[in-house]
Amino acid sequence: MGEASRISRYLYTVIVLFLIWLFLTASLDPQELEIGLLLSLIVGAFTYEIFTTNGLANLSPRRIAYAIAYIPYFLWAMIMANLDVAYRVLHPKRPINPGIVECRTVLESDVGKLSLANSITLTPGTITLDVDGDKYFIHWIDVKDDSVEGASKNITQPFEKFLKVIFG
Amino acid sequence: MNALTAIGEILVLLGTFFYFLSALGLIRMPDVYNRMQTSTKSATLGSLGVLVGVGIWALGTDFGSIPWLTKTIVIAVFLLLTNPISAHALIRAAYKSGIPLWEGSVVDKYREHLEARMREEVEAPEAPEETPAGEGGEE
Repeated sequence: MGEASRISRYLYTVIVLFLIWLFLTASLDPQELEIGLLLSLIVGAFTYEIFTTNGLANLSPRRIAYAIAYIPYFLWAMIMANLDVAYRVLHPKRPINPGIVECRTVLESDVGKLSLANSITLTPGTITLDVDGDKYFIHWIDVKDDSVEGASKNITQPFEKFLKVIFG
Repeated sequence: MNALTAIGEILVLLGTFFYFLSALGLIRMPDVYNRMQTSTKSATLGSLGVLVGVGIWALGTDFGSIPWLTKTIVIAVFLLLTNPISAHALIRAAYKSGIPLWEGSVVDKYREHLEARMREEVEAPEAPEETPAGEGGEE
C-alpha cells in the first residue's frame, strides 16, 4: 500500500482533529468553529507525518460503512466477553484452562494489525502478548485448539473480515 | 424521573457491577496473565458503562445538556483505544521479565518461538574472525 500525497495526508489529519474538537466543545458557535479550525490546521501541520500513511483514501464510503457496521459487532463481542469473565470469576470451581497459542493473520497494514490486537484483547478470553510479522501470540484463558489454524479460526478470523476492508 | 434518567442509572449500575467483577477477578485468578484477562476486560466495559451512563443520565435532568453526552463519549472512545494497549504492554513486560505461567497452563507457543529464534541467531554464520597470523610472536 503506497503512501498518499502530503496534501491528502494533511487534510485527513485536519479533518480528524476538527471532528474531535467538535465533540469536545459540542457547540456550533461560529467563533468556536473558527478557532477550532485554526488550531487543527496548526496541530495537523506538526503531526500529519506520523498520523497517517493513506490520507483521504481512509474516508471512502465503503470503509466508513464497514467501520460503522463493525462498532455494534465489536460492542456485542465485548459484552459477551464480560459475561464470560463473570462466569469464570463467580463459578466456584474456577473453570480456566490457560495457555499461549499462535495465530496467523492476513492483515498487512500496521494500523490494521494494531486494531486487530486491540479487538483480540477486549474479546472473550484472549489477550495479545506479542506480534511478530503476521504471527500473533495470544494468551487464551480456555484453550480449545492449540494448532495454528484452529486458533486462528477461533480468535482472529471473526474480526478479519471487517478489518480487512477497513484498514487493508 | 424520566426515561433518560432511568437508562443512565441502569448503565451506571451495570458499570459498577463490572468494576466489582474486575476487582474480584484480581483476587481469584491464579497468575498475572489470568488476572490481566479479567481486570482489563471488565474494567474497560465498566468504564464505558459508567461514562456513557453519566452522559445519558445528565440529559434527563435540569442542568444537563448535549455537551455532557458528547464529552463522555469522547472520553469513552479514548479509554477504549488505550486500555488494551496498556494491558498488552504490561503482559508482555511480565513475560519478558520471566514471570512463569500458572502450572495448569496447557501450551506455551511463545517460548517455542523465542527458542527457535535464539537457535537461528546462534546457527547463523558469524563473520569469520580474522586472527592476524604472525603477530604477537616475540616480545
